[in-house]
Amino acid sequence: MNVPIARIVSTLAVAAMATACGGSYYEIPLDTPIRPKLDVSGFERILVAGFISGGSEEVDGNVETTRLLRSQLRSQSDMRVVDTDVLPLVEVATESRATSDPTADGEGPALPEAILEDADLELYEHLFADVEYWQRIGEEYQQPLIVTGTVMFAPQERSGIIQRDQEIYDSLGRRSVVPVRTYMERKGFVLKPRFVFIDGRTGAVLYSENFREEVLYNANQASPALSSYFELMDRLLPSFLSTLSTQTIKGTRVLLQ
Amino acid sequence: MTILGCPMFNRTTRLLVLLCVLGTLGVAPVAADARDDAKQQVEFGIEVAQRGLWREAIYRWERATQIDPTYAAAHNNLAIAYEQDRDLDKARAAYERALELEPGNVFITQNFELFREINERTNRENS
Repeated sequence: MNVPIARIVSTLAVAAMATACGGSYYEIPLDTPIRPKLDVSGFERILVAGFISGGSEEVDGNVETTRLLRSQLRSQSDMRVVDTDVLPLVEVATESRATSDPTADGEGPALPEAILEDADLELYEHLFADVEYWQRIGEEYQQPLIVTGTVMFAPQERSGIIQRDQEIYDSLGRRSVVPVRTYMERKGFVLKPRFVFIDGRTGAVLYSENFREEVLYNANQASPALSSYFELMDRLLPSFLSTLSTQTIKGTRVLLQ
Repeated sequence: MTILGCPMFNRTTRLLVLLCVLGTLGVAPVAADARDDAKQQVEFGIEVAQRGLWREAIYRWERATQIDPTYAAAHNNLAIAYEQDRDLDKARAAYERALELEPGNVFITQNFELFREINERTNRENS
């Protein structure tokens, strides 16, 4: 008879202790949706038209960015992705400049043969404001949302003092980690895309956003330009996609009793 | 002789059981009854939330906060459910109320910090 009573008492005691310690808790996954930055409900199609790109000759920023964004949008967006050739935007920009200002030869800065710096890219900005051109493209592809812009992917080198952790062992063999400042020469790449979203019905720019990502390696470490390009694009893709579709942030919260 | 056979232990046990019985018979303050009722709602809310039935969970935890407005855990859970439902203003208010009731609760503090981090990020991206 005493045993069941003792069990009840001990159960009550444990329950009381748990309550005193704040009660039971349950970790629960929580998906937080983030609303898209752009209202794309009026579009059924999306056209990644192409990009004015420059910087490294090892990566074709126009082709690679177009291909990557199309493939991401196919799986992450509700809109139908228009599958077509990448538009020759550099040529279009050159023609558009000549047409809009035929007397300009010798007046303004000429479009560069090779795009190596940010300043070179800026000379092509007028293309995105060419409402008639984008309206024509819109009509051709059934009024999609058009994604275009510029992509600068360039090598960079940087040297200086960096701090890194170093393992040390004392005379008794105990391990510890201490920060050590060393001079290092590093090289890598910087990726600076600017995404421009154009309404294919009106040809007007709806939204644009600039990004900047960089990666640096030890100078003696050889990293292919294309893999660095994908590494950097991978970092900014969630932000790009969150412009068009609801993105979900996965997290956990603690439910209390 | 075992410890259970000890006359001293039996006296202590009987006293504890008596206290528990008296408690359930209404000797304990009325607030304890409200807390018990609210706790039942909270427990059920947790069960359904774990199955993804957040609407029902919201209903249960709202009931719990009505029954016992000083129950911090109910406000905390309700805040999480509102967060899941993207009702951010209500979520913030519920977290703030929970922290007001239990300022030192690390779980509530952590939940609220995570909520604020995501909420601020969303606002930044929308601005």
